Amino acid sequence: MIEFYILAFVLIASAIFVIIASKPVYSVVGLLVHFAALAIMFFSLAAEFLAVIQIIVYSGAILMLFLFVIALLSSGVAPFSLGSDRLPKIAVPATLGVVVILGFLIYGLAHIPAVFQPSPVAQSASGSQAGPVGAADVFGSVGDFGKALFTTNLLPFEITAFILMVAVIGVILLAGESAPYVQSRRRARIVEREMREAIMRAGEE
Amino acid sequence: MPHESLLPVALINYISLSLVIFLIGVAGVVLRRNPLIMLMSIELMWNAANLLFLAFARAWLNNAGHIFAFLVITVAAAEAAIGLAIVVVVFRSRENVDVDEVAILKG
Repeated sequence: MIEFYILAFVLIASAIFVIIASKPVYSVVGLLVHFAALAIMFFSLAAEFLAVIQIIVYSGAILMLFLFVIALLSSGVAPFSLGSDRLPKIAVPATLGVVVILGFLIYGLAHIPAVFQPSPVAQSASGSQAGPVGAADVFGSVGDFGKALFTTNLLPFEITAFILMVAVIGVILLAGESAPYVQSRRRARIVEREMREAIMRAGEE
Repeated sequence: MPHESLLPVALINYISLSLVIFLIGVAGVVLRRNPLIMLMSIELMWNAANLLFLAFARAWLNNAGHIFAFLVITVAAAEAAIGLAIVVVVFRSRENVDVDEVAILKG
């Protein structure tokens, strides 16, 4: 009960931070907190597999992609200034935070069976049964999810493979080394000016 | 009938939370002009939808919602990859990333 409201507060606060942060890097940090809190909320909804996927795909892959692009875009323009060393200032609070979080994690690990145990409910339409989070073959467990994904929903699963392949090909076409459309900045400007003039001419006629 | 007793809190709480996060994402897309932050706001919106899918899946004990959330995550990853590639290409040719100045396709 109270956990939901704490998580909801963290989710909303980090989402607001993402859109008001002055630099994209700060937004990425806000998004990281948002995704972590969301993964915890997915666990509370018995979606174990998706909570793990949330961490791996979103925090691990997509946010890294954002960070790489930010680093790429800012590399040539404004070289990094190292600035003053901030570690001495944040060392004590950071260590304290790590210790507290680690303590919570160990406490939680030691008390898993007592955390959440719903009473069993009759079988649902999809054939899965409610049970304690973490048990095998109940609603939301990896086995349950895998069975649904590879039997009833095999076609959507294969479509995701197709989508990913199209995305990979698209990214290579767009940003690859020998991009067919934009060979150089100068060439791009010439093409753009020609297009602009063509549009103007078309408008006058 | 939904099994609301399985949820930690009532379903309406999840719906409101999802709505708030989605609207924050919309505000980010509409108000910010930095394409990176716009893409991140779109990720917020995907995640709000995912939260709703999983809450309803739990309430109805039907894991079709999990499959949908899985598809959403896949599409979001593809979208982020292509969106960032477009940002990189635009930046390469124009040396700035303000979306208001990239208006050559404007009718």
